[in-house]
This record gives sequence, structure tokens and C-alpha cells, in this order.
Amino acid sequence: MKSKSLKETIKSLEAKKISIKELNDEYIKNIKEKNNLNIFIHFDEQKIIDQVNKLEIDNSNKKLKGIPIAIKDLFCTKDMPTTAASKILENFNPTYESFVTQNLLDDGAVFVGKTNCDEFAMGSANNTSYFGNTINPLSNDDEPLAPGGSSGGSAAAVAADLCLGATGTDTGGSIRQPASFCGVVGIKPTYGLCSRWGITAFASSLDQAGVFTNNVEDASILLESISGFDSRDSTSANVNIPNYSKNLNSDISGKTVGIPNEYSIEGTPEEISQIWEDAIKYIESKGAKIKKISLPHTKYALPTYYIIAPAEASSNLARYDGVKYGFRADEINSLDEMYENTRGKGFGKEVKRRILIGTYVLSAGYYDAYYLKAQKVRKLIANDFNDAFKDCDFIVTPTAPSAAFPLSASQDDPIKMYLNDIFTVPASLAGLPGISIPFGKDKNNLPLGIQILGKHFDEQQVFNAAYCLEKSYE
Amino acid sequence: MKIDKNTINKIARLSRIKLDSKESEDYIKDLNSILDWVEQLNEINTDNVEPLTNISSSVLPKRDDISEDIHSSEEILKNAPEKIEGFFSVPKVVE
Amino acid sequence: MNNLIQGQKHEWEMVIGLELHAQVKSNSKLFSSSSTKFGSLPNSQVSLVDAAMPGMLPVINKFCVKQAVKSGIGLNAKINNYSVFDRKNYFYADLPQGYQISQYKYPIVGEGTVTIDFKDGTSKNIRILRLHLEQDAGKSLHDQNPSKTYVDLNRSGVALMEIVSEPDIRSPEEAGMYISKIRSILMYLDTCDGNMQEGSLRADVNISVRKPGNEYGTRSEIKNLNSIKFIKQAINYEAKRQIDILESGGAITQNTMLFNTSTGKTRPMRNKEEAHDYRYFPDPDLLPLEISSKEVEEIKSSIPELPDQLKNKYMNTYNLSNYDASVLTTDKQISDFFDQTINSDLELKESAKIIVNWITSELFFLLNNDNVDISNSPVSPSNLGQLIKLINTNVISGKIAKEVLDEMYKTKSSPIQIVKKKGLKQMTDSSEIEAIIDNVLNENKTMVDQYLSGKDKLLGFFVGQAMKKTKGKANPKILNEILLTKLTKKNQSQ
Ligand SMILES: [Mg+2]
Ligand SMILES: [Zn+2]
Repeated sequence: MKSKSLKETIKSLEAKKISIKELNDEYIKNIKEKNNLNIFIHFDEQKIIDQVNKLEIDNSNKKLKGIPIAIKDLFCTKDMPTTAASKILENFNPTYESFVTQNLLDDGAVFVGKTNCDEFAMGSANNTSYFGNTINPLSNDDEPLAPGGSSGGSAAAVAADLCLGATGTDTGGSIRQPASFCGVVGIKPTYGLCSRWGITAFASSLDQAGVFTNNVEDASILLESISGFDSRDSTSANVNIPNYSKNLNSDISGKTVGIPNEYSIEGTPEEISQIWEDAIKYIESKGAKIKKISLPHTKYALPTYYIIAPAEASSNLARYDGVKYGFRADEINSLDEMYENTRGKGFGKEVKRRILIGTYVLSAGYYDAYYLKAQKVRKLIANDFNDAFKDCDFIVTPTAPSAAFPLSASQDDPIKMYLNDIFTVPASLAGLPGISIPFGKDKNNLPLGIQILGKHFDEQQVFNAAYCLEKSYE
Repeated sequence: MKIDKNTINKIARLSRIKLDSKESEDYIKDLNSILDWVEQLNEINTDNVEPLTNISSSVLPKRDDISEDIHSSEEILKNAPEKIEGFFSVPKVVE
Repeated sequence: MNNLIQGQKHEWEMVIGLELHAQVKSNSKLFSSSSTKFGSLPNSQVSLVDAAMPGMLPVINKFCVKQAVKSGIGLNAKINNYSVFDRKNYFYADLPQGYQISQYKYPIVGEGTVTIDFKDGTSKNIRILRLHLEQDAGKSLHDQNPSKTYVDLNRSGVALMEIVSEPDIRSPEEAGMYISKIRSILMYLDTCDGNMQEGSLRADVNISVRKPGNEYGTRSEIKNLNSIKFIKQAINYEAKRQIDILESGGAITQNTMLFNTSTGKTRPMRNKEEAHDYRYFPDPDLLPLEISSKEVEEIKSSIPELPDQLKNKYMNTYNLSNYDASVLTTDKQISDFFDQTINSDLELKESAKIIVNWITSELFFLLNNDNVDISNSPVSPSNLGQLIKLINTNVISGKIAKEVLDEMYKTKSSPIQIVKKKGLKQMTDSSEIEAIIDNVLNENKTMVDQYLSGKDKLLGFFVGQAMKKTKGKANPKILNEILLTKLTKKNQSQ
């Protein structure tokens, strides 16, 4: 009776083929059944029922009325605790609702829970969460797989059919990479399209909210809901949000597609190169022009990112000090002891690693050599894209250098772990919109993802291209 | 080696993070390998490049000077690990 | 002016630079919309942004930017069309974000100058290095509980202008005058309320000593002083302390000091064992602040008369000395009072100097005794004007006028009423005065003889006796004239 499509479900609800209650009851049942995947940090059945009851007697027209949505636990929510998957925010109950989640509530969405993620969104395998690893729903019984990260819980929630859409945040690939690992659609829009107000900050100049869904059209519907100008975020873009879903058009004939040379990286698995080629061929068959482009500074994107993001994080995470909210260590005899023990015990290993590296690159004597240098290279990377987009309408690349890997293979070597973001980070540094859609499988039948990047605020083109590509496997 | 025991202690202190000796050892190793890795940026000449701080091309938005007191002290103190008489409280500080 | 101070062995010169923190006068905070009101219940004026709740973001207050530009113009300083907000990272209980949003490399205001005027008519320029906008921290209360420090975030996020001088100041007096001058400029501009008691204007003092002509010595920084009196005391104490160390062969270590207002001594702050490393970097939550030259011009054209302009006007229009004019312009309340007084009656136009004297000596004396601001003076400007007119027109003498002023201060009545009621009107009728003098001379024949035989000093005695008989009301000039004429006549007739 229920459909995996958000769009179809809205129609069924409107046609009263299914009630909001019936719909959500099924999702509650699914969530409980798949409890072992550790997808939710916060799940409270009664809270879902309360929301449903309110919506059942609400006569207004709301776009997403009754639609079950999962929220990454990085978004502050008034009626649900918010932890950022960190011990340091244990028991934190925001008195406010983030811009993104408020938009969803205003549109009538039902929040089914807060999803697991990497601690403060720092990770690519969901293995840095204080609340334990989320398991990729596509895992077979003997080998649990990573869902990707940091928004692994949200991607897994959609893949496991525990909601019809989920929010995520993407700082260096945290939506696109888990979407690819879990075989769902994930879009990170242009930096500034969705207000960051109420999202626990990781790296302010990179953080961007986005969504996961089962298909491109659903993603376009959900993105419309969460986007918009917010005067409380000084980096929020004051642009009109197009009606993406209405304008959705799979016709890409006459468009020029950029294929960056530098994304052919030595050591990339054959299967990834293969699906990339397949995608290009398909697009070409739909009448688009293929153009080889060059993004010369691509190889420097990761090291640039791993200076800038930790630097901003080291400062953004200074507010977690045990004074105003969250965890405070006991056995403290001085203010400094309170800080050091609270932060020493409250943050996990990867978060501490990034705070330390960020502190170092900003410290006296090193600022110019590391932080300033990285900001300059970031400029060059952004310029690469500006130049490339003079000659093409969108860019097609693989999303991640691998399919979902076993949890047991989660990297302890930070640099190897950071390489997961190799295809996603450049667009993050340039603030560009990017979508990942499932495209092909690897030899173990695990999904792989194709990434489509667009010009600033050209989400429509990104959706259209993804919509076209999606049709290849429908 | 850029990060030695002294350096890690110094930045841990600046970050107000207590590390045990095992953690210090690990982070010395990690940070050194990360710093070696990011040093490849030195291959690029950035002499006349403006640093990019924020991707947004718009101008800094400014608000009007209107005061609104919408948050009660209860609301502000709601999540405080320790509060006394309407104040946040912390271990005594000697200046 | 020679400011050298004598140690045991050498003469020393103080080298002082000041960092003033002036609270911007605004309704709401620099990056949040909570109120800036002083003295409310703890944590009652705190927004989610001020408390650094997760996901909260700063949005700048337009008016605070304008106030900073105005202040910069008032300090004759360069307004920077491009400035940047940086984060200054450090941990403290009353710093909720773990960083202060401030301006580091690119402040909103660059170099400027402020002039201070000395009593002897000379002036000195103190160079301003910069003015930047930043957030205030909250308040830590250490004395409320034996084992806890309490934190109140009401001040957290209030806009401050940090005004940094070059080390051009050479004495505690100059430091005091510099602060008074800045305070005066900001108050004329209405960009800061200047209330030092409430902490709206605080100073960090950088001070070192050197033998005249030598390089600058190592300095110490005395933090957070909020009265000119304490600033002077702290400077004096700290300079002597440094001189003692240097003269006994020691070296100054660069230290952050606190001044204890009850002992009058400075001491190094504890817990400062490590060097600061603030890790400034541009705040990624904000974009650069751009102000067009057109906007600056607009603000410039809206600026009221500033102390120095007003001072020049006073000197030119009323012929006041540089010092008198600068005293009047130390405070807008004072110059307003002066303006209202001199404009209260056309006939007072030529009496500027006497008005200044009456305001700055007699009236200030009364007000200071009761710690009353001149804006709340019980003696109104027009009443003071009337009093001075009574003196000018010989209705009362200067001496009686002081008595009348006391009464005006106590009762708020007009001087004319008081003079009438108390019968203090000056005796100007020559025949009346003549009769009294005759009386005095007749009663003191021996003294008259002594005077005539050359004891000139007795003249004062006769004046005093005559004044006594008139209860001080005789016009002293007329009285003197008549007395002298009479005594001269007697001399001739002898
Ligand atoms: Mg300072
Ligand atoms: Zn300051």
C-alpha cells in the first residue's frame, strides 16, 4: 500500500488512499524492526504519534503533510534532543528549531527521529559516533558495512525504508558519499542556499544542509522545502528558490557536460571508472555534448580541506566547554581542569584530532604556512571551476572512490580515511551544488554513485541531469 | 618532525583538551603524517592569490538596531550543567 | 612640559599607551538583538547567540557600525572602506563562544589624532593607532560563593569600540586628560554614554619607563581600570615599581597586571603562566564589512559640533583662553550649560569669562560636594545668568553673589527673589554710604590720626568697618572711592 516515493505518497495521502496515521504506523514498525542497524540516536514512538495526531486534525494544505522524515542529529530540534553524536552534547535539549527543520515542520513533515552520524560530522564511515556505528542496510548478514559518513544514519534511514526523506549536512562530502554507499539520492546544494541557523557547526565556510531521498524528483521536492533566505545567517543567500520539482526536465540535449581529466585517479577501482564511462555514454546518447575539462588543482583539494575544516572546527567547537549546556566532567577543582577534563572526555578521538590540527595550523608562526596558504589554494580551486563552467553546463564524476566498505575496514589511518572525500571535497571548497545518484553496482552487487556538479545556484540543472541519468536504470 | 611532545602539549593546552600519554603518542604520529601530507600545497605558487575566506559573493547583511528580549533566563539556563541563583556557575576562578 | 620623575639614582620617563574599551551606545548588541540595558537581573538579556548555543550565528548591527564610523571621524581618523571581523580564540568562563569576535588585521578605523590642552595654554597631540569593533564578554563574579565563580551573560555580545593609542603619553595627568578628551568626543557624538562607573569606558594601560632618550623599556599591561583616579594611581604605582626594580639592577618581565583599588597596588594576574596565542582568523560566519566613501560622507555630514570645534568657537567668539574653552568642552553637559547661560540674556554676551569662572569654580564646588551632574544642577543656566547680570549691574557684590548662589543651590529660587527677600541689594546711593563712612571715621578718631601719619594699611580696617555696618551690601567700588576722598581731604586740611 505504501510507496517508496515521496511524491507518490503525497498523492496517496491527498487521495485518502492512506491516512497519515496508517502511513506513519508502518514506518514506526519498520524503524522498530530495524533497530539493530543503529540508525537513530533519538527515536520516540509517542512523539511521532503526537505529531501525527495533530496533523490528522489539521485542515490546512501543507506540501509535506504527514510525510515521515528523518533528521540528522546535527540539526537542533525543539522537541527532540540534539547531540551531534557526541558525548559532549549528551542530554542537550535545544529550546529552538533550526531553520531547515522548521521549514519541514511548517510544510507538515513528521519527524520520525534523529539520525546517527559521525561526531560533529567529522568522519566518512559513521564510525566516530559516540553512539556507535550505524550499519549500512545493504550489508549481508556476516559482513556489516559502513553507511558512509558523516550523514550515514540519514542515508541508511532512507535506504532501509525508515522514512521517505532525510536531512543531512555536507561539509566535504557528508551527504554525497553516504548516498552513494547506501544507494540513495543525496544533494548538497550551493553554499548559502539553506540557512545554517540551528545546525551544529563543523566548518562554517563549508557546512551546507541537504537531503536524501529515494529518487531525484523527491529530492527536488524536499530541497524546495528546506531552502530559502534567512536573515539570521549572514552567509545565507538572498535568492529566489525555483520550483525545482515542477521544472524538472530530463531533456539535456544540447547541454555541454564537463568531464574533468583530473578525476581519473590512479588506483581507482575499475568498476568506478566503468560506471563513470557508462554514465558519460548514456548522457551523450541523450543528446548532450561531452567536453573534457581540466580542474588543475584537484589534487590539492584534500590537503586544503584538511587544513581549513579543522581550523574552523577548532574554533567552532570551543563553545563546548561544560559551562552552558551538555556534558561536564566531574572531579574538577579549577576552571582549567573543568575545561580540559570536559573536553578531553567529552570529545571522541577524531574530533580531538581535528581540533588539535586546527589549533596548530592557526597558531602563531604557522598561520601563514598552513591556514593562509590553504585559503589561497582554495581560491585557485574555486577559480578552476569558474573557468570550467565557462565551457560546460554541468560536470559528471564518480561520487566516491569505492563502494561501501566493511565496518571492520574503517581506516584508523586518518589520511586513508580522508581519501574517501577525494571526489566530493573540491566542489565543497568551491561552494558548488552537487548530487549523488545511484548508478551501477560493484562486483559484490553494492551500489555505486555518480556525482553531478553544477554552477552556483544552478540546482535546477543538477536535478535535470540527475533526472535524466536516473531514467537509465528505471 | 614538526610535532613533538612539547608541541602536542602546547596545542592540547591551547585547545583545553586533556590527553593521556597514549593519546599524546598517537596524535604526535597522526599530526606529523597529516602535516607532511598537507605540505604538498607548497608545490603551488600562490604569490599573487587572494585568500578565499567565504564563498559567498554577496555583501555583509546588517540588521536594524532593534532590541527584543525574547529569551527568559530560565530558557538560557535550561541546559546548564550547574546553575545557582540565575547564574551559570563554574569552579572558583582566582585572577 | 617636563614629566621626568626622580628615582633614587636617575631621572626616568614614563611611556604610556592606552587601550580604551568604549561601549557603543545602541539598543541591541553587536551581533544579536538582545538589549544592552545596564543592571538587569542576571542572564535576563541573553539571546541564544550571546549564550553561544549550538548553531547560532552572528548578524551585525547596522547602527553599531555607524557609531564606530562616527567615532572614527571624531578622532580625526581614517575610516577604512574594507574591514574584517576575526575570531580571537581563548577560553574563559564568561566567554561563551570560546572566542571573541573582534577585528585584527583590518580594523574599521585607522590612524587618528586627539589633542589635549594644558593649563599653561600649550597642547599636545596623542596619536591613535586604530579603533575596532568587538564583542564584550560576560561578567564573572568571584565573591558570591566560596567555591564557585558565577557567570552573568547580560553583557556578553554588547558592542565595544577598542581605541588604541600610540605610546605618546608621558604622565598620569596626560593619561587622565587623554581619557577625558576621548570620553568628551564620544559623548558629543553620542556614540558612548561615557559612564565609567557602569563600565561603559574602561582602560587597559600599557606602561614602561626609560631613561630619557633611551629605547622603550619592557612594558606591563594593567587591565580593566574604570576611573581616571584609579588609572592615575595605578600608573604612579606601577612606574615606581618598575623604577625600583631597574635601579636595583633587576629587569622588568612583560606582565599582565591587576590594580587593587583598595591597596592602590598592582600585582601580576595569576594563571598567566603560558603565553597567549589567540589564533586570530577571519570569522567564517561573517563576510567582510564594506563601507562606501559615500556612506562615510553621509555620516560625516550628520556629525554634531565636536569639542575641538566648539573650543575654537568659544575662543573666537568669546575670547576665552584655550584652557578655559577646553575645560568647558570636556563634557557636553558643561558646554551645554555654558551655552544656555550665555544665551539666556543678550546682555551676557560680553561676560563669557566671568560665566566660565562661576561655572568652573563656584558651581562645580557645590555640585562636586553632592556628586551631582551639571545637567541636574539645581541652579539653572538662566538663573546663573541672572546672578551674573546682578553682579555686572552692581546690584550685588561678588561676595554677596556667592551667598546668593548658595541659596539658589539650596532652594532653586531665582537670584532676584533671594536678593529681594533677604534684602541683599547693594547699597549704591553715595549719600547713604557717605553717612556711614562719616560715622566710622568719627568713631575711630585715633586710627584716622594714625592713618594720616602714614599707616596706610589701616585703609582696609575702615573699609571693613563700613562694610560691616552695611552688612556687606555697600558697593565696594563706591565705598572705596568715598573713603579715599574723605581721607585725602582730612590730610589736606591738616
Ligand atoms: Mg586589547
Ligand atoms: Zn578589546
